[in-house]
Amino acid sequence: MSGTPLLSLAIWVPILAGFVVLATGSDRNAPLARMLSLIGAVAGLLVTIPLYTGFDMHTPAMQFVELKTWIPRFNVNYHLGVDGISMLFVILNSFITVTVVLAGWQVIDHKVAQYNAGFLIMSGLLNGIFSSLDGLLFYVFFEASLIPLYLIIGVWGGPRRVYAAFKFFLFTLFGSLLFLLALLYLFIASGGSFSILDWHQLPIGMTAQTWLFLAFLVAFAVKVPMWPVHTWLPDAHVEAPTGGSIVLAAIALKLGAYGFLRFSLPIAPDASHALAGLVLGLSLIAIIYIGFVALAQEDMKKLVAYSSIAHMGFVTLGFFLFSALGVEGALVQMISHGFVSGAMFFAIGVMYDRAHSRQIADYGGVVNTMPKFAAFFMLFAMANAGLPATSGFVGEFMVILAAVDHNFWVAFAAASTMIVGAAYTLWMYKRVVFGAVANHHVAELTDINAREFLIFVLFAAGALGMGLYPQPFTEVMHSSVNELLRHVALSKIQ
Amino acid sequence: MTLADMQFLTPDLRLATAEIFILLMACLILMFDLLVKDRKRTATFLATQLTLVGAAVITFATSSGEISYTFSNMYVGDLMGDLLKLLLYLTVIVVLFYSRGYILEREQMARGEYYALALFATLGMMVMISANNLVTIYIGLELLSLSLYAMVAMNRDSIPATEAAMKYFVLGALASGLLLYGMSMIYGATGTLEITAIAERLYTGQVDRGILVFGLVFLVSGLAFKLGVVPFHMWIPDVYHGAPTAVTLFIATAPKLAAFAMVIRLLVNGLIVLAQDWQTMLILLSVLSMAIGNLAAIAQTNLKRMLAYSAISHMGFMLLGMVTGVIGGDARFALNAYSSSMFYVITYVLTSAGTFGMILLLAHAGFEADEIDDFKGLNKRSPWFAGMMMMMMFSMAGVPFFVGFFAKFSVLQAVVAAGYLWLAIVAVFFSLIGCFYYLRVVKIMYFDQPLNNAPIVAPMDVKLLMSANGLAVALLGIFPQALMSVCAFALLRSL
Repeated sequence: MSGTPLLSLAIWVPILAGFVVLATGSDRNAPLARMLSLIGAVAGLLVTIPLYTGFDMHTPAMQFVELKTWIPRFNVNYHLGVDGISMLFVILNSFITVTVVLAGWQVIDHKVAQYNAGFLIMSGLLNGIFSSLDGLLFYVFFEASLIPLYLIIGVWGGPRRVYAAFKFFLFTLFGSLLFLLALLYLFIASGGSFSILDWHQLPIGMTAQTWLFLAFLVAFAVKVPMWPVHTWLPDAHVEAPTGGSIVLAAIALKLGAYGFLRFSLPIAPDASHALAGLVLGLSLIAIIYIGFVALAQEDMKKLVAYSSIAHMGFVTLGFFLFSALGVEGALVQMISHGFVSGAMFFAIGVMYDRAHSRQIADYGGVVNTMPKFAAFFMLFAMANAGLPATSGFVGEFMVILAAVDHNFWVAFAAASTMIVGAAYTLWMYKRVVFGAVANHHVAELTDINAREFLIFVLFAAGALGMGLYPQPFTEVMHSSVNELLRHVALSKIQ
Repeated sequence: MTLADMQFLTPDLRLATAEIFILLMACLILMFDLLVKDRKRTATFLATQLTLVGAAVITFATSSGEISYTFSNMYVGDLMGDLLKLLLYLTVIVVLFYSRGYILEREQMARGEYYALALFATLGMMVMISANNLVTIYIGLELLSLSLYAMVAMNRDSIPATEAAMKYFVLGALASGLLLYGMSMIYGATGTLEITAIAERLYTGQVDRGILVFGLVFLVSGLAFKLGVVPFHMWIPDVYHGAPTAVTLFIATAPKLAAFAMVIRLLVNGLIVLAQDWQTMLILLSVLSMAIGNLAAIAQTNLKRMLAYSAISHMGFMLLGMVTGVIGGDARFALNAYSSSMFYVITYVLTSAGTFGMILLLAHAGFEADEIDDFKGLNKRSPWFAGMMMMMMFSMAGVPFFVGFFAKFSVLQAVVAAGYLWLAIVAVFFSLIGCFYYLRVVKIMYFDQPLNNAPIVAPMDVKLLMSANGLAVALLGIFPQALMSVCAFALLRSL
């Protein structure tokens, strides 16, 4: 198996499938386009399975490495590889793509081929981000992935889609351009190398580290998103079609967090330690303040969007505690959030497809007309609130434990907001699902069909499986996380 | 030099075979066209295209890869010149293909003179590219400019076109005057018009620096005019907007290559000793161009005008590569910096040809398709060409995997390598602003409903060429190495 370029397959199979789907053309061929997209997405998922089964969890080294020269003029290489940190995201992303294709099966009825092709191409680009070991290759995938999402929000989005699409694109681009300058600086400082692994070993003075760290911070904070550069996310989520929201929440937000682990911490460890307080502070603001903001939302999608920001606050908090428990907890939280928020956005999409409203006030008593749906929605609401036995609990609990070691009050602040998290999620659930049937729209709702059931089962398997038995997820991370922390503990100032 | 010193040796004509060929053919085509009865001028068109192909073959065959001089050192043949000329022919061929449909639908323009003027303009640019003498450069430039003035005014019943031609002519004459004045100062200070000799005299010293820098200011102003960078950019939006789109396409593409060569010949080949002085001036021009070009482009509703401002900002960005060649007397970075500029210009010309070509593709008799709103819902009318246009727009905005990203990347790495981090930040900041108006074109094409659902009618050759152009933007973005190293190699062998 070692000879197969698995990571290249994970990147190029979906992209190629995307172009094939694009070739089916107009909506007359929509059924064909859907079928081809599903085949492409499933094939994309299947090629990532050997990444897990063939993974050696005892080494922190990069695995499935592929190295080819790409632009020798600037020593840029097509250098791919995954470790315990990135491998799971490649699989998660390929999994989410399957659910997205299924989620748009009946709902998307115009420009079907372009819609599905957009997601397949984006899936390949996102896999490219997670498996790049070359700084410029990473950047190229990172930025190229903006294009499909921009189009998806703009073409298939809601009434304010143009505003949301522009805001999404320009915010992210702003961050990534500073990131590009940081990459160029490292390229020069390392004597002409774009290898991320070389940069990890590169000694850098404190001033330069600080600037690099800040440039990385802006880029990744926009993507995570962290307070105060989070404002694009609720807009993007509200306007995006269901599939767009799922990918945005489940994968795109993880890019920023992943960037912290791949760039900020190992390349600028001293600055990371020095500025950890800043990141912790921003994370706590995200967790607490955004939690309360979520409580006040009347639009369900907006509520889940804000809850995503709060959950990602736990992730950045976990990273900057510099303990194995914290980083692993954060990683678990990232994957769990992929399942849970994806499912939440899908659930809201299911209701929106039927009643064409996302306002909490327009619903009530949904359980009477959609019992199966209500059961699944319950599960994911609980997972979103961090109930034990769901994946949402594991990550947050690990991060809070790590925070207690670090500083009791940080842990206290983080933990107390789990109450807020439970409050906004469950209160929304209560208002939407329970009570008497609110109006004739709710009375006319039909319960989920087999396709929607299947998607919910896929998400539920992830959320529950990870909650009950997290070990298969955490055991592959251990060596890589420990190696990362060992590296971050060493000063790079000489 | 007195008359008695002059030696009237027969010059080595081989180096300039391509120029001579184009000149002869342009004259022949002008006469031959009188005999063509066909209103469509197919014969003239084909003869012109074949002339350009022939010139390409000649340039390719006579290229020695060495630096050699002829015509008493007034003319230089080197690899950079050959490369730029080959690209020039290619650009003009593509431009003429794109323009054909457009000029056929406009009676005043559908004449043989259009093709002859295009050939004369090409000749002018070739002379500029291969000039090793201030006067040679000037002659090339004037040949180009006069041809372009006439081309802009060709649609003579159109008031905007006539106005544009007038503006272009008056301001162009002013710029030529500035350039000539600068040249005369440099001649006064160094006593020679030969560019390589100027460089030698500057090395050996004994030159009145005051006069030299005074001349340099005028020289740079003249160059800035021709490049169209702020504050000498006033003509660009009006001419781009007012000229018939076919001519705008011509102005927006090929002359950029020649202008780049002119910058290299004058500033690098001739005045590299004064690098510190002209770099400072260029930094100012560059920053202003990126600022004004990008900001003003946002406010435009006319696509040609928007692209005009975008051209200003792109030329500003390209100049960034020129200002980072010599740092504190150290020319180590020169090759890296200048070749990144060259790569930038070439990719800009490629993308620019595609965008203006798309306007021509959508235009038909009585409809210019030059408002941004004319592109509304293009994705519904033709997903393929909307996709092509989208790639051009993202390329211009500098988003990977399109070639524009690598152009920006290579210039930025030269800037960072030279230690001008602040300049890189400014450039990046204005690129972000610039992104907005490119995204708006994508928005218009993809998010909005079409104003009419008419399918796009165009000859198959133009459609194929357009597709090739779009795919080149993507393919060069995925595999930029070849073109990058060709630029670097050509400059290495020429400087």
